[in-house]
Amino acid sequence: MISFENVNKWYGPELQVLNDVTAEVNKGEVVVLCGPSGSGKTTLIRTINRLEPINSGKITVNGQETHAKSANVNRLRREIGFVFQQFNLFPHMSVMDNITLAPRKLKGMSRPEAEEKALKLLARVGLEEKAGAYPSQLSGGQSQRVAIARSLAMDPPIILFDEPTSALDPEMVGEVLAVIKGLAHTGITMMCVTHEMGFARDVADRVWFLDKGVLLEDAKPGEFFSNPKHPRAQRFLADLRH
Amino acid sequence: MGYEFDFSAVLTDQYIGWLLSGIRITLMLSAGAWLLSFAVGTALAVLRATNFKPAVWLVATFVEIHQNIPLLVQVLFWYFAMPEILPEAWRDWLNQNNSEFILAMIAIAMCHAAYISEALRSGLRAVPVTQYEAGRSFGFSYLQTMSYIVVPQALRLSIPPLVNHSLLLFKNTSIAMAIGVHELTYQTRQIDSDTFRTFEIFLVATILYILMSFVIMAAGNLAERRFGMGAR
Ligand SMILES: Nc1ncnc2c1ncn2[C@@H]1O[C@H](COP(=O)(O)OP(=O)(O)OP(=O)(O)O)[C@@H](O)[C@H]1O
Ligand SMILES: [Mg+2]
Repeated sequence: MISFENVNKWYGPELQVLNDVTAEVNKGEVVVLCGPSGSGKTTLIRTINRLEPINSGKITVNGQETHAKSANVNRLRREIGFVFQQFNLFPHMSVMDNITLAPRKLKGMSRPEAEEKALKLLARVGLEEKAGAYPSQLSGGQSQRVAIARSLAMDPPIILFDEPTSALDPEMVGEVLAVIKGLAHTGITMMCVTHEMGFARDVADRVWFLDKGVLLEDAKPGEFFSNPKHPRAQRFLADLRH
Repeated sequence: MGYEFDFSAVLTDQYIGWLLSGIRITLMLSAGAWLLSFAVGTALAVLRATNFKPAVWLVATFVEIHQNIPLLVQVLFWYFAMPEILPEAWRDWLNQNNSEFILAMIAIAMCHAAYISEALRSGLRAVPVTQYEAGRSFGFSYLQTMSYIVVPQALRLSIPPLVNHSLLLFKNTSIAMAIGVHELTYQTRQIDSDTFRTFEIFLVATILYILMSFVIMAAGNLAERRFGMGAR
């Protein structure tokens, strides 16, 4: 579904943030991407829908080379939901309008149809009663759940999460992770940057470990947690346990 | 001695009729110029926000010219010079359709579009780039992202300066009398030269302008409370 072939990216001439990344995410799989701060996780996940350009290599999504000059980036992005660390809800719109904007404007869905769908999605994330609220009236956990519903409104076959719980107060992490868990293995292909190792253990099909732009591990969670091959991954896991 | 006020001389049925028709033209001129200036000002601000060099240069030049030349000169220029370079058919059309009103409206609108684009530019800069990214990540194009997500927020953030510019635009419509638009100031002058009751009629006009300004300010306050980014 998503494949990286020898992907390289630099910021300026000095800093190489992605170093020859080659890997593949299969359809319907859940991949958790972890690694130390500054290792390039955000950069990697943002290259998939071309929010970040790459310098060399090839990224293919659903058979389409996304960084090709000829690729229709707007069409491609409709197929890829993206959930940001800081939610990025549109503050001037109600929750309902946040969710219905893209389906109405990009898919030509009628307002009643889009709203009916939005209510179903809100029910799915446990926030039916917030349809008329504005983002500033929501807690962090509620905001992120709305952001997830908003991404799902386009029925994307792929959804990407960049540290969806790290901007949240600890007591709200659980409610958001529960929603993401509920999505896993429903057919949608999922990639999630997170430091929640419990989540990775329970939900991930595979865990990728990125360090200084190099993809050091691509393993089943059981393998990764009990027997990480690379010393850096061992140290990373040891640090997390403290 | 002392001046003897006599308002009955200027508030006859006939002169009240002139004043009302002046108010009507002032409001029409204000509304037309206001809509046009917001449309052009928003387009200029968005064009500038592309950071595309020629576009930035073009907008900056437009803004400099319109902010540094007196509005009266701009109005005279549109009225006397612009028709000369227009195609004949357009000129004929203008002459048959109240050319002084239309050209005054365009001149005032263009001048204020420059100010509005500057006010919006700061508003646009205050919208976090992550909002733009979120819009693009759905597959919205640049223009769609600007029009659904970024510009509406920039407009809300800029309500106070935009209200000020709207007031200024309203007051500046009086300059249109210089090319014979029959707006409120023009009618005031007419009544003055008919009656020589200068003090009275200008006092009446002043009060009318102040009342209308109050309405605009009240509308601005309402907009800020209803749509301002701190509103919720
Ligand atoms: N726009 C940019 N310009 C220059 N350097 C950047 C830019 N964005 C990120 N970097 C650098 O690239 C490296 C990788 O950043 P990235 O945000 O991908 O890391 P990360 O793994 O997501 O880190 P974190 O866990 O802190 O979110 C870092 O060294 C960062 O400072
Ligand atoms: Mg990051």
